[in-house]
Amino acid sequence: MTDDTKFHHGDVDDSVAPIIQMRDIEKHFGNIIALAGVSFDIRPGECHCLLGDNGAGKSTFIKTMSGVHQPTHGEILFEGRQMSFSTPRDSMEAGIATVFQDLAMIPLMSVTRNFFMGREPTKGRGLLKRFDVDAANQITMDEMRKMGINLRGPDQAVGTLSGGERQTVAIARAVYFGAKVLILDEPTSALGVRQTSNVLATIDKVRKQGVGVVFISHNVRHALAVGDRFTVLNRGKTLGTAKRGEITPEQLQDLMAGGQEMAALEGSLGGTV
Amino acid sequence: MSDAAENQKTDERVKAEPLLSRLMKRPELGAIAGVILVTIFFLLTADSAMFTLAGIVNFMTPAAQLGILAIGAALLMIGGEFDLSIGSMVAFAGLFFGVCIIVWGLPLIAAIPLTFVFSACVGAINGNIVIRSGLPSFIVTLAFLFILRGLSLVGLKWATGGSTQLRGIRDAVEGDWLASVFAGDAFPGLFVWLAERGLVDTFNNGNPKVPGIPVEILWFIVIAVVATYVLLRTPAGNWIFAAGGDKVAASNSGVPVNRVKVSLFMVTACCAAMVAIITMIDAGSTDARRGFQKEFEAIIAAVIGGCLLTGGYGSAIGAFFGSIIFGMVVIGLTYTDFDQDWFQVFLGGMLLIAVLFNNAIRKRVTGER
Repeated sequence: MTDDTKFHHGDVDDSVAPIIQMRDIEKHFGNIIALAGVSFDIRPGECHCLLGDNGAGKSTFIKTMSGVHQPTHGEILFEGRQMSFSTPRDSMEAGIATVFQDLAMIPLMSVTRNFFMGREPTKGRGLLKRFDVDAANQITMDEMRKMGINLRGPDQAVGTLSGGERQTVAIARAVYFGAKVLILDEPTSALGVRQTSNVLATIDKVRKQGVGVVFISHNVRHALAVGDRFTVLNRGKTLGTAKRGEITPEQLQDLMAGGQEMAALEGSLGGTV
Repeated sequence: MSDAAENQKTDERVKAEPLLSRLMKRPELGAIAGVILVTIFFLLTADSAMFTLAGIVNFMTPAAQLGILAIGAALLMIGGEFDLSIGSMVAFAGLFFGVCIIVWGLPLIAAIPLTFVFSACVGAINGNIVIRSGLPSFIVTLAFLFILRGLSLVGLKWATGGSTQLRGIRDAVEGDWLASVFAGDAFPGLFVWLAERGLVDTFNNGNPKVPGIPVEILWFIVIAVVATYVLLRTPAGNWIFAAGGDKVAASNSGVPVNRVKVSLFMVTACCAAMVAIITMIDAGSTDARRGFQKEFEAIIAAVIGGCLLTGGYGSAIGAFFGSIIFGMVVIGLTYTDFDQDWFQVFLGGMLLIAVLFNNAIRKRVTGER
């Protein structure tokens, strides 16, 4: 799985300046320390995987990045400048788009209407200002084709799309509206094998357009298939960042599980996880 | 140009969609099919007078009065909320309008805008309670169904000194140029001209049997067209669908869901005010039973028109046809040998069939299994 991947990885130069740098982020909820000093950065055109088991702090961390939570300590640099996002809207406007698991899609509405929901293109002025349906349809068809999905028509309801296709619509929408950083929260967790590979292919296409992708997963195989760098979180701390090729799936798996327990389980499961 | 050409290139795995199945996707299909079925039914059973010009005006008038309410109700249902208080709102707006004219002696040019502003405020109260409390709009507006009906009764007694009927509106608005915009018949000259040339039925004295198109029918058509345009061709329309489809997803995408919903409650209340004004100028009086049970009839018309009770799907033009079905059944039965009271059975049956039909269609459209 790791060696025969068909993707051309980002191979981003170390010298390229990161879009976002998160330094020593801590987040406390009352007396609970959810994040205890996490550092992370993302460069344009790379896919940086954030791995961790349930409860490792992945969700808290990306919510800090997308402005849902404010860090208790630590700093966020966006394109070299110090930033503090107080609402999700702030980070969206800066160019950080988050595709959450629920996708913010409405099944009964057409792909076009979902694509432009809340940001409809208009033409005309005053009372004649209207939703430019033709332009919206055209853009939707084009953007979806770029992502490798041929819609039956722009009026096709999102409910008729598969889970992977919906994920792709959500990603295409974020990219079209100018995302510089795309945070994907477990995009493959509920998908079948083929749908997963479609989404991974979409990540690859987005990366080629120069967008930095933060790919959250607890599936090592999915992460290794597209990732350029891998950061493992465990119990609110970074266990280190590895580049592609420097780490084996087994090592990643062990890091995620915190090492010991996994080694003990390995024997009885016969290496199936 | 090459762009457009490329657009025509379709996926070879996708079969060309037959026209029928494309039509099936329109939410108003059920209502149009219903109009055709009901027309066939009455062509077979009713007196042929029903489908003369006079007969059509006869059933379009109640259809228009209900339809104005039903279009408001449909927009609100697509936006994911209900308003059970629209029937009572007709009486309450009527009371306010009557007080403006009779008690305060205002001209129509002041009374009509005041009535709309007042109704919009009541709608906004309704909407704000629903949004802020997070309660189902069914419960909140059920409360308002009784509150507004009761207030109308109390208010009428106060305004008239004990009666539940307020009379004398026709005399008060006599000669007011605005009255003809909201009541009476439009294009009388045209109908006289048509009668002179023998193109429409006339009485023995040469006057046309239908003196003109009742203006409420014109309002009904205009409102249906505007509502359809807003729904399908404006950003606000997209927001209405989005707010009704999934309010969390919509607000995450930047749709001002609460503002959309409160505005829809205001629009619905204004539709009720519109009906109150039209019927009061026409009849010259109002009473506390105005609009009684209209909320249910309006919701039935909206559902026959393809609106889902869960929101996010439906059409204004569907509610238009749903109301025409209603008018045809109510009036049409008088042209047949059937007992008129069959109308309620008919209406309930239509509702049940429409809901079953709409559910099946929606499952096909959205690929739900």
